[in-house]
Amino acid sequence: MDILIAALIFAVLGAVIGALLAVASKAFEVPVDEKAENIVSVLPGANCGGCGYSGCAALAEAISKGKAPCGSCTVGGDEVAQAVAEIMGVKAEKTVRMRAQVMCSGTLEKAKHKYIYEGIDNCIAAMQLGGGSKVCPNGCLGLGACAQKCPFGAIEVIDGVAKVDYHKCKGCGVCVATCPKHIIKLVPFDSRVYVGCMSVDKGAVTKSYCESGCISCRICEKNCPTGAITVKDFVASIDYDKCINCGKCAEKCPRKVIHFAKLKDNENG
Amino acid sequence: MSEILVLMFSAIFIENFIFAKFYGCCPFMGVSEKPANALGMGMAVTFVMTVSSAVTQLLYTKVLFPLGLDYLKIIAFILVIAGLVQFIEMFLKKFVPSLYNALGIFLPLITTNCAVLGAALVNIQEGYSFIESVAFGFSAALGFTMAIVIFAGVRARLKFADPPKPFRGMPIALITAGLIAMAFMGFSGMSIG
Repeated sequence: MDILIAALIFAVLGAVIGALLAVASKAFEVPVDEKAENIVSVLPGANCGGCGYSGCAALAEAISKGKAPCGSCTVGGDEVAQAVAEIMGVKAEKTVRMRAQVMCSGTLEKAKHKYIYEGIDNCIAAMQLGGGSKVCPNGCLGLGACAQKCPFGAIEVIDGVAKVDYHKCKGCGVCVATCPKHIIKLVPFDSRVYVGCMSVDKGAVTKSYCESGCISCRICEKNCPTGAITVKDFVASIDYDKCINCGKCAEKCPRKVIHFAKLKDNENG
Repeated sequence: MSEILVLMFSAIFIENFIFAKFYGCCPFMGVSEKPANALGMGMAVTFVMTVSSAVTQLLYTKVLFPLGLDYLKIIAFILVIAGLVQFIEMFLKKFVPSLYNALGIFLPLITTNCAVLGAALVNIQEGYSFIESVAFGFSAALGFTMAIVIFAGVRARLKFADPPKPFRGMPIALITAGLIAMAFMGFSGMSIG
């Protein structure tokens, strides 16, 4: 008998609460955009914030309202862009998978330091002290603000310079926005060649503080078969639309500033 | 009336849910990153705790106890609390979406916040009347809110501190929480009423 009363009480209690919640769910109904929900389901769900929105749900909402393009998610790449475009009923443009690249090769040995930094272990803090400990105004501070922020754990500071693990990198661009020196760039995933220097000082000045700084000798420019590499503001830069990854510039560079990145583990680079 | 005031004062300071009884430490650590969010969490908990104290007290004294079903009180209380949390979740989603997004996963987790169930069970254990139960639930939640807001303020400053590497993040937060709890032990020497 007791057990029946108990069961009855709980059935009534459950029914009352259920009814109240049912009424409340009608009264407090928030219209949900079906498109946004569908888009969330195809997004990667890493909530990295690389698109500039607070998370995948926020981006989905923006896309569904037409405020952001279908290919806004850099992490998902082309596959996700196509899926999103299908939900939105439009044709997506082809998106290229990107990866982050730290444009500095000034390791502890190669770059000169102004002072020994012993403050808070963060690049942004170090920046406050005369722009950091490296003499080069555009050198990697090597304290890993980017590594801390990377939602995929793809960045590691090796020998005083941040290094991106290309396979872990999803190209979200959080590090690009974080770096106080603005020396991280997004480059197409398949491109091998990059200029590991962003110093805009004249050659002689750059040479005085870094063994692997671009001295704007223009040898790369002369050797490039497609004219993809140009020296501007005393530093070489590559036009990735023209670059064919031949690696001639990296071969000829007298300062070994241009690198031929190894994208696979068994390659030498 | 003065008894109620004594009860409330004691629930807020002397028997503070977090610093003296260590109930509800999960949201205390989880939602104390920003003072504004901490205040929002505190208000949500205050609402749930006050209403759940009232409902569970009535449920127990009017239904469960007379029928000899008091051994089922925990399940019944959890049911009521879960329903209330669902309700407040819908309410916030509709009217305060920014707070809804800020609280995130911790909002549904109020369901399993032991402070809420703790308040309901303490009411029964101490044999509080209906008025006393509501007062106790409300002021215990106020104590919770105060604790979490104080702690969020301290944590905002902790971000700029430079502790040794092994202490960074959660460890130093836990140590700080311990120090605040020790400060609150000063209240336990008070005798009131």
